[in-house]
Amino acid sequence: MVWSDAEATAAPAMSTMDHAQAPKIRESVLKAENLTKQVSSPEGPLTIVHGVSFDIVAGESVAIVGSSGAGKSTLLALLAGLDLPTTGRVLLAGTDLTTLDEDGRARLRAQRVGFVFQSFHLIPALTALENVMLPLELAGRDQARREALEALTRVGLKERTGHYPRQLSGGEQQRVALARAFVTRPAVLFADEPTGNLDTVTGGRIGELLFELNAQSETTLVLVTHDRSLASRCERTIRMEAGRAIEEASAQTGGVRAVGDAWA
Amino acid sequence: MRLIALALRSLAREWRSGELGVLLLALTIAVAALTGVGFLVSRISAAVDLQASEVLAADLRLGSTQAISEHYADEATRRHIDTARITLLLSVVFNGEQSQLSDIEAVSAGYPLRGNILVADEPFAKGTVTRSLPRPGEVWPDSKLLAAVGAQVGGQLSIGAATFKIGKALISRPDQGSTFAELAPTVIMNEGDLPQTQLIQPGSRVSYRALFAGDRSRIDLFKTWLLAHKTRSERLRDISDASPQISSAVERAGRFLSLASLVSVLLSAVAVAMSARRYVARHLDTVALLKTLGATRAFTLSINILQLLIIAVTADIIGSGIGFLAQEWLIHALKGLLATTQLPPASLTPIGIGLLTDVAVLAGFALPPLLQLSRVPAIRVLRRDIGPPPALILLAFGPAVAVVVFLIYWVVLDWRLFWGFSLGLAAFVLLLTGAGAALVSIAGRLRGRVGVAWRYGVANLSRRRAESVVQIVAFGMGIMVLLMLAIVRDDLSADWRRTLPINLPNYFFVNIPPGERTAFVDFLKERGAQTTRVLPMIRGRMTTINGRPVESYPFGRQDGDNLATREQNLSWAQEPGENNRVIEGRWWTKADFGKPLVSLASEMQAQLGLQVGDHLSFDVAGESFNVTVASIRKVKWDSFEPNFFIVFAPGVLDDAAGTYLTSAYFKSTSSHTLAQLARKFPSVSIFDIDELLTQVRSMLDKAVLAVQSVFAFTVFAGLTVLLAAVQSSRDERRYESAMLRTLGASRSTVLKGLLAEFTTLGLLSGLLAAMGASVAAYYMTTRVLELHYSFEAWVWAAGLGSGAILVAFSGWVATRSVVNQPPLSTLRAG
Repeated sequence: MVWSDAEATAAPAMSTMDHAQAPKIRESVLKAENLTKQVSSPEGPLTIVHGVSFDIVAGESVAIVGSSGAGKSTLLALLAGLDLPTTGRVLLAGTDLTTLDEDGRARLRAQRVGFVFQSFHLIPALTALENVMLPLELAGRDQARREALEALTRVGLKERTGHYPRQLSGGEQQRVALARAFVTRPAVLFADEPTGNLDTVTGGRIGELLFELNAQSETTLVLVTHDRSLASRCERTIRMEAGRAIEEASAQTGGVRAVGDAWA
Repeated sequence: MRLIALALRSLAREWRSGELGVLLLALTIAVAALTGVGFLVSRISAAVDLQASEVLAADLRLGSTQAISEHYADEATRRHIDTARITLLLSVVFNGEQSQLSDIEAVSAGYPLRGNILVADEPFAKGTVTRSLPRPGEVWPDSKLLAAVGAQVGGQLSIGAATFKIGKALISRPDQGSTFAELAPTVIMNEGDLPQTQLIQPGSRVSYRALFAGDRSRIDLFKTWLLAHKTRSERLRDISDASPQISSAVERAGRFLSLASLVSVLLSAVAVAMSARRYVARHLDTVALLKTLGATRAFTLSINILQLLIIAVTADIIGSGIGFLAQEWLIHALKGLLATTQLPPASLTPIGIGLLTDVAVLAGFALPPLLQLSRVPAIRVLRRDIGPPPALILLAFGPAVAVVVFLIYWVVLDWRLFWGFSLGLAAFVLLLTGAGAALVSIAGRLRGRVGVAWRYGVANLSRRRAESVVQIVAFGMGIMVLLMLAIVRDDLSADWRRTLPINLPNYFFVNIPPGERTAFVDFLKERGAQTTRVLPMIRGRMTTINGRPVESYPFGRQDGDNLATREQNLSWAQEPGENNRVIEGRWWTKADFGKPLVSLASEMQAQLGLQVGDHLSFDVAGESFNVTVASIRKVKWDSFEPNFFIVFAPGVLDDAAGTYLTSAYFKSTSSHTLAQLARKFPSVSIFDIDELLTQVRSMLDKAVLAVQSVFAFTVFAGLTVLLAAVQSSRDERRYESAMLRTLGASRSTVLKGLLAEFTTLGLLSGLLAAMGASVAAYYMTTRVLELHYSFEAWVWAAGLGSGAILVAFSGWVATRSVVNQPPLSTLRAG
């Protein structure tokens, strides 16, 4: 493993410092306005997300927590434009997602959005390097290979660029996924249970890496998680309960406490 | 660019997953079957065209009984078309006291424009090709003429008022024809010498030919010009009507073989559809992810289409290569069936046709599922239960139906044939499917009586019932056709031998001069031969039917024109002959002798629509005969006795110049006698019927071989369906195998189960094939060919054996890796 504990511990401290020095007034990068998502079910219409509104500013980190079926993943899908709300709208980097068609939203994602998933979602047919190159190529970047190599080096996988996903461990796969997510320097990074499929130790390391990369690239992070310690490192926490959003903790203290919890 | 790179990269990796391999294999086999037939047919048709040109010694031939205007030749020269002239007349050729009525051909420089003249220094020798022509004052008589008048090369011959030196013995010329009648003794001479002979007098029987040859396109244009400018009495022949039977036979055979190869294409399409389905199922996640990362629908679709195109082109290249080799092998195996030894090179069109077919099959069978794939929503990355929206039935099956219609119509080019073939094939497949389903369910019921491995195997078949039936039918179909062809071929040649009487004539003798007739028959009888009737044979042309010229007579059938206008062999006889049965009108009595009556074979009635009472006129050596049809005869041609389509009443044609023909049975040891006979009667042509029959039989065997080899591709196409089915059940099988092994089954038990499953599948396919082949062959031999059908145990053994071995082996190869995987990794991944 190239990844060392020394690096890991250094990261969160830096991240909190960065946030502390950030300007007070930051522009809105992701705005939910009265989002509602209804689906039809055998028992009649079912409301999964109910009138959710919030505003996330550039560089902010927000955890979306809640029990299973509370609407976390649906909310994430709506925010990322993977799905459309029944009513309400989402403004991502100033663009109203509800006015775009499927391809338009895809193009916007290619330019502004990164993803990390619980089950990694690497393409099995492509090597680690090729997986990281993919979003760059989709966004039409010229230096895809060079940038992808740099990203893999940052996550400590420089030596494994030619490996296929099935030749990598779970933690390594998620690190490739992190490299892939950050390589385009997205405005917003959506992470859906990024440590959910990993054991505690590996999950902890991935969490560290996630926050470190996030701090380095000043990306806005929207994190869906069950993991309280992970959630507590975010500046804000939005709790989903039966489709409604409840703003939970205030920013800085929670973040600092999370660092203490993890390395105590 | 990045699209192509991405498509290529993932294509290379996808290769390992298997279904692309099946896709490529299926398409390759489809292309191989199609191009193999395409190459073969293109080469044979080109050979037939070339041969036809040689029969004319030109590409176009204008014939007339009047001298042909030089105007045509001038126009041809202006159009850069080669020309030559032939003047033909019939005259007696003398060598001292010995004489022979012969065809005199006076040829101009350039003759022959197509084909070669072969000459030698002595008669009947092996000829060598010459590009020169007889010099002035020189003639080249053929072997028969030299033998008839007892002359040698270097000697002299008198023709009309002139005497010529014999320069060479003419062995063959391209336009000598191949019918018995056209084998009259011939001499060719230089056109410049013709006036000296003084043979052309007012009223003499002369015919003229102008020959033209050149580029196909120029010839086509010139033909149009010529048709517009020629006089009514001038007859134009080109390669398409020089040998219409052969051309249309080749065309029909080609169409049949193309249809046969289409069966392989359709089976491959089934395999393609099965592979595409699994491909789509496995790629839903990837496409959803690509979309999440920002790929548009068009982009994901383009990658997949690009991959398919790469596979199509690869399949076309490999398939065309295999098709070409198969065709080379077939040409080699068919040697002798084709008259020419030198076949022109194959055209490259089949490669294009192969690619077009490939793309069409992909568009019809793989594109609809891929379109569905591109519609999978991005949200699937978060919720795996969400798939693409359901496709419209029309979009899912419409393209496949359209492609099948397109492919079949493309081959048959006729809506009636299209419906005949499509409905026939559909009924056939339905019937086989029904039988296959019955077999699977019977096998399922019997499984309680077998051991654990077999029970597991057969249970698998019953569980994946639909797939099993598809595999049994797809695989059984090819084997069935192969078996059926083998049975019919065996019955055909066995029957031939069985039905022929022992003392059937085995030699035909043609061109017996009238003066030698008695001596010839006596010669045969003295040497113990059993002779048949001796009939006169006179060459003539039918000129009018009920007062209308045959050229403009409205025959109902296409081939009627050819049968009516060709040179006819006429005969006359007192009795109808043993193997002739009068079916209409009546045969003449003594009182009718000398009356202008003819009796026609029933074929003339069937093809020309002639009836008893119709008036016909014939031109025999310049003399016109007007006759009435008195009777129609059904002729048993396979009696190998002399018989004629057109027989005159005695006393009408008796004075016309002609020769006699007969047949006889000789014991096979009398080759010495034949040699004696050939020396004593040099003008008589001898035809060995045994040899002809052997040739016919070997031609039949070769034709069957050609058809069988096309259907061999059907068997391979059936195998790809099997592989596609195995592929689609791979994940399931892997999981089951891991479960069984976890529960304590040994690796060999699981393997035995798989082997049992595929062996049963193969046995069922073979059983279906043997049943189908026996039924079809029974129908073919007893109803269509009217032969005796004999039950053959080997058919069943071959069907069951080949089915079991082929399927068991292929199935084992395809699933081996499933069992080899350690159970733990499978269960974890699953």
